[in-house]
Amino acid sequence: MPVNETLATYSDWLYRSALGVYLFAILLYAVEQAFARAPRKKAEALVGAGAPVPGILADEPKSELSKPERIGRMGAALTVLGAVLHLASLVMRGLSAGRAPWGNMYEYMSLLCLAAVVTWLVLMAKFPIRRLGAFVLTPILILLFLGGTVLYAESAPVQPALRSYWLVIHVSVISISSGVLLIPGVTSILYLLKDGKADRFPKLPSADVLDRMSYRTTVLAFPLFTAGIICGAIWAEAAWGRFWGWDPKETVAFVSWVVYAAYLHARATAGWRGRGAAWINVAGFALNVFNLFFINLVTSGLHSYAGL
Amino acid sequence: MIAFLRNTWRGLTSMRTALTLLFLLALAAMPGALLPQLSLNASKVDEYVAQHGWWGRFLLKLGFFEVYATPWFAAIYLLLFTSLVGCLLPRTWEYFKQMRARPVLTPRNLSRMPHHAQAVLDVTPEEVVEKAKKSMRGWRMDAGDGTVSAERGYLRETGNLVFHFALLGLLVSFALGKMFSYEGQVIVQANGGQFCNGGIFNYDQFRPGLRVDGTDLTPFCVEVGKFSAEYLDNGQPVGYQADIRYQSGADLAANTWQPYNLQVNHPLRTDGDRLYLLGHGYTPTFTVTFPNGEKRTQGIQWLPTDQLTLASEGATKFDPPGVTDSEQRRKSQIAVTGLLAPTPLLHGNILNSKFPALNNPMVAVDVYRGDLGVDDGRGQSIFSIDQKMVEQGRLQKVARKNLALGEEIALDDGTKVRFDSVNDWVSLQVSHDPTQGYVLLFAILIILGLGVSLTVKRRRVWVRATPQDDGRTLVEVGGLARTDQAGYGEEFTRLARAVLNEEKS
Ligand code: HEM
Repeated sequence: MPVNETLATYSDWLYRSALGVYLFAILLYAVEQAFARAPRKKAEALVGAGAPVPGILADEPKSELSKPERIGRMGAALTVLGAVLHLASLVMRGLSAGRAPWGNMYEYMSLLCLAAVVTWLVLMAKFPIRRLGAFVLTPILILLFLGGTVLYAESAPVQPALRSYWLVIHVSVISISSGVLLIPGVTSILYLLKDGKADRFPKLPSADVLDRMSYRTTVLAFPLFTAGIICGAIWAEAAWGRFWGWDPKETVAFVSWVVYAAYLHARATAGWRGRGAAWINVAGFALNVFNLFFINLVTSGLHSYAGL
Repeated sequence: MIAFLRNTWRGLTSMRTALTLLFLLALAAMPGALLPQLSLNASKVDEYVAQHGWWGRFLLKLGFFEVYATPWFAAIYLLLFTSLVGCLLPRTWEYFKQMRARPVLTPRNLSRMPHHAQAVLDVTPEEVVEKAKKSMRGWRMDAGDGTVSAERGYLRETGNLVFHFALLGLLVSFALGKMFSYEGQVIVQANGGQFCNGGIFNYDQFRPGLRVDGTDLTPFCVEVGKFSAEYLDNGQPVGYQADIRYQSGADLAANTWQPYNLQVNHPLRTDGDRLYLLGHGYTPTFTVTFPNGEKRTQGIQWLPTDQLTLASEGATKFDPPGVTDSEQRRKSQIAVTGLLAPTPLLHGNILNSKFPALNNPMVAVDVYRGDLGVDDGRGQSIFSIDQKMVEQGRLQKVARKNLALGEEIALDDGTKVRFDSVNDWVSLQVSHDPTQGYVLLFAILIILGLGVSLTVKRRRVWVRATPQDDGRTLVEVGGLARTDQAGYGEEFTRLARAVLNEEKS
């Protein structure tokens, strides 16, 4: 199947535009973070007493948005725009090569980052954390930039071992779950900054909110990650003759799986909640990044993508 | 003594120990990804040890090049296993008790609960209880005198136990698999080559599990027919396939064959064994016409040295016919060595390959004559000649030439070497693992258990209605999520809203 060059070129343009838009979004978020006042502590919902259920029915008072807040909102809108361009770039890639658009490291990275951005958008809708956008989008932008330069590969078909619907399932699940796991990686770092010294970073959300965000995203991604590893094993059985062979990539995936399992346990173990758990989550993400770069580029295993 | 044992057991099965063991496991597995491993690439290990002097030898002694077979890895694995069993037994017991338990009585002070709401309403306590019962359908509930206590999310613990037991099952099946599995590789000529799973010696390479001695492999035979490959313009392969026939089970006795189209990603599964197409290469066929007019034709696989162009090297060896005197025979053995280019690219006289498919293939051969050294008892590679024989002058290069199909070289003694044809070979792998089906089953249970235990929340709600002096009723609602408070707020708000209003139900 020949590659459609026109679509491939569109895909590259869209990718670059998405990067540009994300960069603007980061700047706007940074402005909000820098100039907005520290969040006032909101009264705990549902603690009031008296007639018709205060705190439940009453809506939040609608106050005028401050200027930095309006800038932050623009940042959020740009993030949505960036994600749309980003998605379009992946779709064009897939159409141009006539296959699922995660057949080499560049594409894998792109999908991973898209998953991270989308997760972030969802979280932003749920928690009052918009101003953290700069912290989250910066590592994503760095990964996207590395993906688009160092790892870049022309649109092309893939080698025989990758021609399987398992490519579609295994790689997408692993890539998306790793992308989702980027978010708790970042919020756990913020947690470590914030925890203990509540007044040191007054503009960050409370340690409690950060911890809860980390936990909820990890809990969402961990079963996905597990399923991704298992799909990989099923595929390895069909493609390489064994479902598990301690290939370097398999090994590091196993190790980071164990680390995330340890995170979940740490949150239920006295003395490990909070800081201990946060460190473990950061370590888990560091391992995922290590798996992506070091194992793919430096060691040689069965798992290397053709043409990088 | 008993106390000591009990303490050890308690220590071993505590959450903290499990956590530590998990870390140890992660740490111990890492060298396997960072250092070359004997099971994956033995020559890289030799290279590493040679390069790193005493450090390399030290690591070798400690088993760092076969991490997953070392006693220390097994020790961590077994401790974790014990710890897992130790914490699962009491939890299972707990679980069955809890399954029959009633929800906890309404605590005295509901305003201490993490979730709490209250209101004074114009309803009777009985109406409040009725309303609460209605809005919490599906909860396990005890309604008493003006109070309701309800709990739900028991499935969380079910999922959690399923997950942990499945993990246990997976570890056991994996370990059993390591004992009773085997894996062998063999090269078979296309267009008629056969292979039978009769014994270890039929393989080029065989890796048995700890409990496999190779004496009772499941018998089956394959015959490889036509092989075909498809490439992109740059030589990157797009797909391989081989038409094979096989017989196993009753077919063996009846000598009937079943056809199968073997492809990458599509192994043949038969009688507990799996057959894989791993790769392919070329077999040049040469005919040597000896001075006395006798002919010998040989085709043996050559080894691809460039994976992108499939330029291959090898050595095709001939014994002179009709020579019975071994001394004499050893002086006139012939080896045809060199390079095979499936699609030739010539720079002057230098032959190379520019594409992996066969398009007027050429060979650049060196012909050697003399003692090949095949009789001295040491095995020698089928892909090369013994360089020692060349250095000692017992084997001499007598001709060098590029040959296209059908061309021949004449040696000084009148012997002729003709390049006849090129055939495909395929490398096949046979794998046998009796427990992998169980591993898959447990893996699926792991995901299901995990999904349930991480999405379901164990949570409690209490309602208390207290009549006030003015005839109205103080209604309090309290809520507690047993595991993680995250996400419980919305549901609690909804429930509280349903209970804390004055509409009659
Ligand atoms: C002594 C051994 C173990 C004990 C005492 C133990 C205990 C627990 C407990 C209490 C939870 C529930 C945590 C919560 O959500 O509140 C849990 C969850 C979990 N355990 Fe274990 N566990 C053990 C071994 C393991 C091992 C060896 C693994 C995997 C490598 C593992 C993986 C998990 C995972 C992934 C969860 C999260 C799922 C969930 O929260 O239900 N556990 N474990």
